[in-house]
Amino acid sequence: MAGYSFFGEGLPGIDLAELKGKLIVLEGTDGVGRSTHIGLLRQWLENHGHAVLDTGMTRSALAGKRLKQAKEGHTLGGITMSLFYATDFADRLENEIIPALRAGFVVLTDRYIYSLIARAIVRGSDPEWLREVYGFALRPDAIFYLRLQIDDLVTRVLQSRGFDYWESGMDMHMGEDMYESFVRYQKWLLAEFDKMVETFGFQIVDASGSVEEVFENLRDRVDRVIARNGYGS
Amino acid sequence: MAGGMKMYGKHRFPGRLFIVEGIDGSGKSTQLMLLQKWLESEGYVVYFSEWNSSPLVHEVTKRGKKKKMLTGMTFSLIHASDFAHRTEHHVIPPLKAGAVVLADRYIYTAFARDVARGVSPKWVRDLYAFAVKPTVAFYFRTPLDVAMKRILGGRDALKYYEAGMDLGLSDDIEESFGLFQSRIIEEYEKMIDEFGLVAIDATRSIEEQQAEVRRIVSEALAGTKKTRIRRWLDIASLAKGSRV
Repeated sequence: MAGYSFFGEGLPGIDLAELKGKLIVLEGTDGVGRSTHIGLLRQWLENHGHAVLDTGMTRSALAGKRLKQAKEGHTLGGITMSLFYATDFADRLENEIIPALRAGFVVLTDRYIYSLIARAIVRGSDPEWLREVYGFALRPDAIFYLRLQIDDLVTRVLQSRGFDYWESGMDMHMGEDMYESFVRYQKWLLAEFDKMVETFGFQIVDASGSVEEVFENLRDRVDRVIARNGYGS
Repeated sequence: MAGGMKMYGKHRFPGRLFIVEGIDGSGKSTQLMLLQKWLESEGYVVYFSEWNSSPLVHEVTKRGKKKKMLTGMTFSLIHASDFAHRTEHHVIPPLKAGAVVLADRYIYTAFARDVARGVSPKWVRDLYAFAVKPTVAFYFRTPLDVAMKRILGGRDALKYYEAGMDLGLSDDIEESFGLFQSRIIEEYEKMIDEFGLVAIDATRSIEEQQAEVRRIVSEALAGTKKTRIRRWLDIASLAKGSRV
């Protein structure tokens, strides 16, 4: 028995006892290497005979495309944006994640409700309200929080692709330029993530090492989650 | 910006918000239109909060409906997104400006419709915690058969979600519509006490209903500002030959 539960008032018409797979979440601020590690974990899991679904934010069939546009045009107000993200997430949960869990897949998700909550809090939404709204979400089997200090984060982002409008919270007018804004915004996000560690049971993974080091750490932890309940490789 | 969610329910704005609720065919839109005419003739600054969706949210809703991609949950959430946009653009600003804001359907539509679709009543109420509490919420109470007669005659084919076809209540769209609407009526009835909806007997004549609506609205209008541009009143006084 996987023993899944919802955070709050759950989804209608879902039999939790049917969900057999594993739901594993990678969380962390922008530029911390989540997608790299999702890719590596996927390969490794598949090599060991597990069927894997990997999924991320703003990729739903229903709203994904429009959500991207909304970001590019940044035309929506704070609450509207929060709820638009929630719609996108619900669509993925009901149409991708839950069916995959029912079929016994390992679901690797690049971010989950925690990023959505952190981003919305930073943009002025009420934390209590957000938790109630996301009460329909499934509690994951594990949440790995890839953590980097702000200095390391800046270096990594500069080395890879430079500052991005949204990742710098430029919509919030937090600083004179992208650098200043990025630092303030990401610091704020980090603080929100840190607050969630205990509440939601994050496992902190130090993301400052080399890709190999971080991956080995993650892999061992994922292995333990998979091996739970005699499900292992 | 930081902290302090906009929970508009608790806020006080100089304007007033009057909304109408009821099932299709209850005559609520007619009553709202008549109320609007009267308020304008009285010189109030009236803002009819057209439910102009944000184009992006609208497109998602349209696509989701057309392709029948929506579940009870995503139906609820996409409509809440839309409502949030309206709140942020078409309710809060005019209320801040002191206008009398009118809306045809409000959060109670979502509560009735989404719960009829199996969504948790508590969850959907929490979801809309950001909404402004109306000054008065009218509920036009209509027996199902009366409403059905009014709409089934004069309308094009019923739409899939509107008839609750996604719930699999019946293969016949009219029958499904009836079953779905009766669930919605049940939810409305529960909300009368819960939210203090003002129930108007919608089987009475249009004039009688409107008189009652105007009486209740005028009591709630004390202290609301009027425009100095008295479009209607000036004409009315000119006709009487007196000066304002």
